[in-house]
Amino acid sequence: MTPLLQVRDLTKRYGARLGCGDVSFDLYPGEVMGIVGESGSGKSTLLNCLAGNQPPDEGQVIFDTRADGPVDTLTMSEPERRMLGRTDWAFVHQNARDGLRMGVSAGANVGERLMAVGARHYGDIRAQAVDWLGRVEIAEDRVDDRPRAFSGGMQQRLQIARNLVTGPRLVFMDEPTGGLDVSVQARLLDLLRGLVREMGLSAIIVTHDLAVVRLLADRLMVMKSGAVVETGLTDQVLDDPQHGYTQLLVSSVLQV
Amino acid sequence: MEAMIRVSDVSKSFVLHNQGGAVIPVMAGAALSVRRGECVALVGDSGAGKSTLMRMLYGNYLSNGGRIVVGDVEVSGAEPREILAMRREVLGYVSQFLRVVPRVPTLEVVAEPVRAAGGSREAGEARARDLLARLNVPERLWSLSPTTFSGGEQQRVNIARGFAHEFPAMLLDEPTASLDGTNRAVVLELIEEAKARGAAIVGIFHDAEARAQVCDREIDVSGFTPERAA
Repeated sequence: MTPLLQVRDLTKRYGARLGCGDVSFDLYPGEVMGIVGESGSGKSTLLNCLAGNQPPDEGQVIFDTRADGPVDTLTMSEPERRMLGRTDWAFVHQNARDGLRMGVSAGANVGERLMAVGARHYGDIRAQAVDWLGRVEIAEDRVDDRPRAFSGGMQQRLQIARNLVTGPRLVFMDEPTGGLDVSVQARLLDLLRGLVREMGLSAIIVTHDLAVVRLLADRLMVMKSGAVVETGLTDQVLDDPQHGYTQLLVSSVLQV
Repeated sequence: MEAMIRVSDVSKSFVLHNQGGAVIPVMAGAALSVRRGECVALVGDSGAGKSTLMRMLYGNYLSNGGRIVVGDVEVSGAEPREILAMRREVLGYVSQFLRVVPRVPTLEVVAEPVRAAGGSREAGEARARDLLARLNVPERLWSLSPTTFSGGEQQRVNIARGFAHEFPAMLLDEPTASLDGTNRAVVLELIEEAKARGAAIVGIFHDAEARAQVCDREIDVSGFTPERAA
């Protein structure tokens, strides 16, 4: 089986400081990988370099494209990469406002991504938008409201609908449950878990919440000061952590 | 015929980096093999390493040396996705406690392993209904999440889930604990059925009668404790 994503020696420096260094891994179709670490550990830098939001200094990010097989996305032309960002890739931001267009309706937010890949029939677009809003548990009568009128949890669910409507194969998520209260988090996690399994998506999820990765991720990457200190099966890394930093991280979680 | 589960010369120690780098050896020279249709009980005092060995078999704990092979998967040294595939198709695990995702109804919780192993939604639900009925979980509860169920009910849901897919190898961690006589008998029946269809089973049973009834052999794990082995 060809990996969906092959990352080789990815390095990003901010002047003399290291953002992330020498990161390599393979992600296979249907796999969900969690990246954990404290703030400043380089996990968001890594995610942004992977997703093409930020140029790394060194390394390769090879994606198995539908048309041409494995291609290094860092040497792709800008239009090619943008097309990838609208079709096979999706990016869920921590702050829903960064991933939504706040001035247009919920339905238009979902429909826009469909139009970007060529959908033109208004009735179809609206029907698909309503279908997706239903899947993320937003009532049909809110389809014409702007995201501004939504709660934080609803905005986050809308952002997820907007991202998944085109059936991407790889989803990048940056703290998807950050800033939401616990009951809303649980609902969102359950929803994400269902969608990921149902659609057979691959995903890379950055979070500092170990409960989130235990629920969503198949495997884990632990980062500290820009370097990967431990990787492995999620429950193995959490239940039998090998590196001192991971042990500290796991033992620091408050028991409820 | 080659054994379904093979463990040879496995060792394990915990290194506590944040407590002065203390190294705690917990197992050395562990060996066992389980054939199809055979049930082996792990015995030994509390703390002897029964659960540790089970967790290593399941890939939940890493082993430091030796080999663990389940079916044709070499657990020691496998990639995460190989372990996950093994857990979906080959090796089932009935833990002592049900770990539930909020909001998922009982019927789906039980049917999920069948679907994960490639079965249809209908096949999964049919199997779930059958098992939940046999384990006397009232039908009115099936559409509810097991989060709020009593301890005994949760354990029965857990067992139903564990037996839903017909795994060729299984790990059972005290499957009869906290069950009444009727349900205990049902669980022992399920174990007998699994053996009859050729499943290789490793179990921890504190219930001596249950152990005598379903297990073919006992392995004393204290023989693998480093201090005593040395």
